[in-house]
Amino acid sequence: MKGIKILVCAKQIPDPEAPLGSIKIDSDGRKIDASSLRQVVNPYDENAMEAALRIKDRHGGEITVLSMGHNPDVSVMRKALAVGADKLILIKEPILENVDSNSAAYVLSAACKKTGPYDLVLTGRQAGDWDSGHTGIVLGQMLGAATINLARKVTVEDGHVIVEKSIPGGYEEVRAALPALVTVSNEVGGLRYPSMKMILQSRRRPVDTRSLEDIQASPEKIRAMQIMHVVPPPDLARQCEFIDGESPEEKGHNLAMILKREFG
Amino acid sequence: MSNNCVLVCGEINDGILDERTLELVGAGKTLAVDLGVELSVVIMGDKAGEPADEVGFFGVDNVYKIEHPLLGSFDPDLWTHALGDLCRQLNPKIVIMLHASTWMDVGPRLAFKLGEVLTTDCVHLEIDQTDGLLMRTKPVFGGSALAVFKYDVPTQIVTVRRNVVKPAERETVKGKIIDFAAEVDPSMTKVQSVKRVKEETLALDKANVIVAGGNGIGGPEGFKDLEDLANALKKSFDEVMVGCSRPVVDAGWMPPRYQIGLSGAMVQPDLYIAVGISGAIQHLVGMARSRKIVAVNTDANCSIFTVADYGVVDDYKKVVPALKTRWEDLCRERD
Ligand SMILES: Cc1cc2nc3c(=O)[nH]c(=O)nc-3n(C[C@H](O)[C@H](O)[C@H](O)COP(=O)(O)OP(=O)(O)OC[C@H]3O[C@@H](n4cnc5c(N)ncnc54)[C@H](O)[C@@H]3O)c2cc1C
Ligand SMILES: Nc1ncnc2c1ncn2[C@@H]1O[C@H](COP(=O)(O)O)[C@@H](O)[C@H]1O
Repeated sequence: MKGIKILVCAKQIPDPEAPLGSIKIDSDGRKIDASSLRQVVNPYDENAMEAALRIKDRHGGEITVLSMGHNPDVSVMRKALAVGADKLILIKEPILENVDSNSAAYVLSAACKKTGPYDLVLTGRQAGDWDSGHTGIVLGQMLGAATINLARKVTVEDGHVIVEKSIPGGYEEVRAALPALVTVSNEVGGLRYPSMKMILQSRRRPVDTRSLEDIQASPEKIRAMQIMHVVPPPDLARQCEFIDGESPEEKGHNLAMILKREFG
Repeated sequence: MSNNCVLVCGEINDGILDERTLELVGAGKTLAVDLGVELSVVIMGDKAGEPADEVGFFGVDNVYKIEHPLLGSFDPDLWTHALGDLCRQLNPKIVIMLHASTWMDVGPRLAFKLGEVLTTDCVHLEIDQTDGLLMRTKPVFGGSALAVFKYDVPTQIVTVRRNVVKPAERETVKGKIIDFAAEVDPSMTKVQSVKRVKEETLALDKANVIVAGGNGIGGPEGFKDLEDLANALKKSFDEVMVGCSRPVVDAGWMPPRYQIGLSGAMVQPDLYIAVGISGAIQHLVGMARSRKIVAVNTDANCSIFTVADYGVVDDYKKVVPALKTRWEDLCRERD
């Protein structure tokens, strides 16, 4: 089978690896303030892009990356083009701020349908902002596609997708006729690095920005997450005693002694 | 059939009731009492009789037993179908599932089928006395904050994190066991199972000591140093295991079952030694409740030291072998 059409859903989120304490809670305890954090592509969505690129490497075809939000940053999402995606579509609308997962899936399903026929839709297993972990599966249901969760490996063969999905105590190899939706996990492997040339080229490539109207999604079906309040997590901090020593070896020896005292 | 109950989704593991089910029953009991409704459990499988009888003793009103040959091995579409049919009959007020890979696969499908809103990975559930709705508390942004969600919907669906609720206790009276016929057939799934591969399992949550390596280990060879240290510590502790952070799994240096954190194992050993791990929140939520924490890292400013009891700022390649050698010496001296 030649020329697989793949859609990858990728969310832009505040850097999940930011130092502890950089996420603040508003004084009225209703909102999370992550405005000091830089924006990145959700890590699992990078895994999904990598899975898509590997399929394209083998079979050829076209990769379209879809991202929606109230104010997606083109410079962040352009990474998709730099690593080899063919098209980037941003769905941008003020009411798309902090929508619940069903609404996110609804908007993405409208966008998928609007882009025309596709073989495979890939999402990440979870977005590292709200950690919901279910938009992909709901999207699969809305599209009426075979839906496979938690992929460690994704390949395509004779009009079918073949997935190694994580299950308790191991993995299961499953197979489904295309079109299918697969949620991708980190075991697939990290996203390749873009070359300097591709980065420069991607800056000149067009980005398709669309409204809800463009993709024929109705705003009445979109709901915000209903958050009553937000509280700080349990305090994890401890007083750290740093081990002295003239050399790393001496520090190792001193640590051994302290642990021996502690644990007998 | 009882209406508007709290429905707990039970789990069968190797033919017997999975003990994690009892935590969900514990959570469900409180909610059912607060709402003044019955507490029901559903058990699905090819042979569900024994686990259904067993869970009946844990203070539940009804156990719905759904037995069908096709429900024996996990298939999210078929499980959802059977569960959806039951929910349509019962109109449960609340459906509680485990936050585990299987139910994370079923939960969203069920929510879609019933037109409901799912909240995953809840750590606290409580009824709002003013309106009888469920308040769903869930860690967000990796655990940087806890958000309390509330939706005005007829059926509340949640998955609940392990080890956050006290398990229900066994009682002498047994709830009613009710057979529910599942109408499932192979045409209800578009996904075919080709094969299941069992991997060695690793009970990281049972370890007394975990020596965990991160991206700073630099490659698979470095884990040899950690294994050597783990072996030396076995002279003094019962269960010593090696673990790792996520980038280690991404890079293929260690298999996925070794991962600790939000999307891996959640552990609290007596001693956790974090080597070359920066301390991202998603890792910390999986290990910061360990009794004593040691961190070895070249960067004095990284977050791991904020949760550690002891810290060594230096290259692990020199620190870890020295720690191991001295530990062996100290053990020998005492013998
Ligand atoms: C939704 C979501 C879920 C996630 N789930 C998990 C999870 O379950 N578990 C998990 O671990 N992560 C998880 N992550 C990833 C997490 O955000 C971090 O990326 C990850 O924990 C970083 O791993 P690390 O500390 O090993 O790597 P890095 O952050 O790269 O840190 C490596 C550290 O090694 C130190 N170092 C380098 N060389 C040496 C040396 N020679 N000696 C000593 N120290 C050295 C460096 O100073 C640095 O601090 C998740 C992320 C998201 C978004
Ligand atoms: N706003 C969005 N834009 C694009 N993709 C999204 C968006 N929200 C969620 N997704 C996709 O759905 C996956 C799961 O998200 P979640 O259910 O929010 O954890 C993500 O990894 C993305 O692939």
